Amino acid sequence: MRQLIATFALLLILPISALAVQPDEVLDDPTLEARARTISQKLRCPVCQGENIDESNASISRDLRLYVRERLVAGDDNEQVVDAVVDRFGEFVLFEPRARGGNLVLWLAGPVMAILALLVAWRFIRARSRATQNTAHLSKDEQARLDEIMRED
Amino acid sequence: MIAEIGHFALILAFAVSIYQTVVPMVGASRDWQGWMTSANPAALAQFLLCGLSFAALTVAFVTSDFSLKLVYENSHTAKPMIYKISGVWGNHEGSMLLWVLILALFGAAAAVFGDNLPPRLRARVLSVQAAIGAAFYAFIIFTSNPFLRLGNPPFDGRDLNPLLQDPGLAFHPPFLYLGYVGLSMAFSFAVAALIEGRVDAAWARWVRPWTLAAWMFLTVGIALGSWWAYYELGWGGFWFWDPVENASFMPWLLAAALLHSAIVVEKREALKSWTILLAIMAFGFSLIGTFIVRSGVITSVHSFASDPERGLFILAILLAFVGGALTLYAARASEMTAKGVFAPVSREGALVLNNVLLAVSAFVVFIGTMWPLFAEMMWDRKLSVGAPFFNKAFTPFMIALALVLPIGSLVPWKRAKFLRALRPLRAALIFTVATMLLVFAVSTGRSAIAVIGAGLGAWLVAGAVAELWHRTGSSGLSRLFRLPRADWGKAVAHAGLGVTFIGVGLLTAWQSEDIRVAHIGDSFEVSGYTITLQSVDEVRGPNYYSTMAAMKISRDGREIAVLNPEKRVYPVQAMPTTEAAIDGGFLRDVYVVIGDAQPDGGWAVRTYIKPFANWIWLGSILMALGGLISLSDRRYRVAAGARQKKIATVPAQ
Repeated sequence: MRQLIATFALLLILPISALAVQPDEVLDDPTLEARARTISQKLRCPVCQGENIDESNASISRDLRLYVRERLVAGDDNEQVVDAVVDRFGEFVLFEPRARGGNLVLWLAGPVMAILALLVAWRFIRARSRATQNTAHLSKDEQARLDEIMRED
Repeated sequence: MIAEIGHFALILAFAVSIYQTVVPMVGASRDWQGWMTSANPAALAQFLLCGLSFAALTVAFVTSDFSLKLVYENSHTAKPMIYKISGVWGNHEGSMLLWVLILALFGAAAAVFGDNLPPRLRARVLSVQAAIGAAFYAFIIFTSNPFLRLGNPPFDGRDLNPLLQDPGLAFHPPFLYLGYVGLSMAFSFAVAALIEGRVDAAWARWVRPWTLAAWMFLTVGIALGSWWAYYELGWGGFWFWDPVENASFMPWLLAAALLHSAIVVEKREALKSWTILLAIMAFGFSLIGTFIVRSGVITSVHSFASDPERGLFILAILLAFVGGALTLYAARASEMTAKGVFAPVSREGALVLNNVLLAVSAFVVFIGTMWPLFAEMMWDRKLSVGAPFFNKAFTPFMIALALVLPIGSLVPWKRAKFLRALRPLRAALIFTVATMLLVFAVSTGRSAIAVIGAGLGAWLVAGAVAELWHRTGSSGLSRLFRLPRADWGKAVAHAGLGVTFIGVGLLTAWQSEDIRVAHIGDSFEVSGYTITLQSVDEVRGPNYYSTMAAMKISRDGREIAVLNPEKRVYPVQAMPTTEAAIDGGFLRDVYVVIGDAQPDGGWAVRTYIKPFANWIWLGSILMALGGLISLSDRRYRVAAGARQKKIATVPAQ
């Protein structure tokens, strides 16, 4: 029974589900279309698992793609379009979290970790190269023995 | 009946793995020879039993025995044979069985080829390996048993997810698991060394081939997955920064770091405790990957059906092994003192930098993958971290890595002069600048990614060539072919990375696409290619219905190819898939997709011209090939023999 329902549900979706951007969605103005594509790639499809609206087949993604283009034609800039979508669906749809508030930690984690790692690595390397100087000194006996060995050659 | 034999063999393998965990470990600490050496037959027996179990499950899939719940849920009589076989691991339970089978395979390999290992170390390695195995046998038997029967066997099965019915994906999981699980060897060696309390050059020489093999398999596995995504998902993306992809990418980065740090241990007896930590973390991230894919904490396109109970079980395994190893590490790491000394500008210094860059980039992938989970727990915020974040946060580390790699791989050990190390690279530098100028000239007005990607790639490839040339010296070609295989492997792998860089850079920057409605007979131009939609037919496949188009690709009036993109529907799962058709080439792919029928009788058609797409996978193959060449270096075999002679003089502790 469950399978039957699932099949039925899928059949319902099938006709409207379509491959990503459809020919009828494409704007005539290539610059506007290019901007729409850039924006679409940063917006997550609210119902799919980890797909952006540009590549998603869900009908809500199609609605969002059309909405993005509508706003662009109306003269919004990229930021305004994204803001308008986020207002409706929340920050979940942003694939690139905004670098403010707690999310700063996310953005800074990499660079801060890199600096820390470089500092630790530098201290380690310094210690290793100082060790050179310490071991460079031979005692007199050792030096004499070394000279002897070298002469044997 | 056969399924019951498989089930029984699995339980026996579990029992053997418990024996193999306890007895050799006790034997090693008490110095009881018999107890230690009993690990070898145990490891073989465990592998044979697990193999028997896996074979039984395979038989059930091949003969479509729908009285097994797993076969019913994931197979169908009409499915082609190859997918009946790949269906064994195309589901959670079966893939876990494959996972332990490979774990047992590595254990058996260490038992068979480990004659040259010190007996105590070998007993401990096999014991740790068996402990991991025991945990996963328990996981399979108690939470994910593949051998459950159905009371009333149904007439036919529910089929395998159509997306998985594909040659690229049939072999993607085995390679990936060989990689993931191969890292368990590095882990077992690390834990055994911590228990022994000593790490030396010989230890590193033992760990390196295993890590190299694991890394190689991971490379192939990831490349297969990426190639599959490229042609199957219908628009030609090759990397999505999806949590599951990241789960395989983190161990790959750490394994690459481990390979390089183990060189320092082997040659210079420094970086010991860091190498041990890396070995623990690399396998730890394999386990985290397993956890991510199977627990459902992070949803993804290709995660398995999730189950909180399974998630908790894997989390417990993860905490027990990684937590236990790290505790042991904290207690013992101070004993691993470095011996070798070196100046900041030296091969050692360069390898430290390599490790910093690889480890931090793995950390960036980790924090980006886990951030949504973290944000939800901490602030109850639902947010997403995807490709745009990773492209910005991860790429700088790769750029830095590519910049220093050719220099780092040429500087001498111990101490070097920076400018002098650069000298052999003069020609490479000129080549790189020339490439960048050429790419810049060809792609005016387009993104800088092309110039940077091609420049870095050219720098890596030319750097690898320059290094081979430098090692050859003035003695000419005969010397070139007598270079150690490790040198060749290194050059091939580094050049492979460069080829991948070129592919990623140029594909990202130069691809062009065309989306339109075409009627049968229509021709249109895309970036100099003429595409003609010749026909669209309904075709019946073995277990699907297909809408297949014929599209002629020509250039300057000459026909290049006729491509047959398809749109399939698999009736059993009621699932549509797209099968893009690709005319692959060395310099470009022509990639066509057929979409839906339009009300006016036309068809939605998409065409992509993807320059240098194949270079991405060509580079991956070269990287894996480089690993293989290195692995065949005679030093690993000679060293093993030399080690054996030395053992006699090492007093028992």
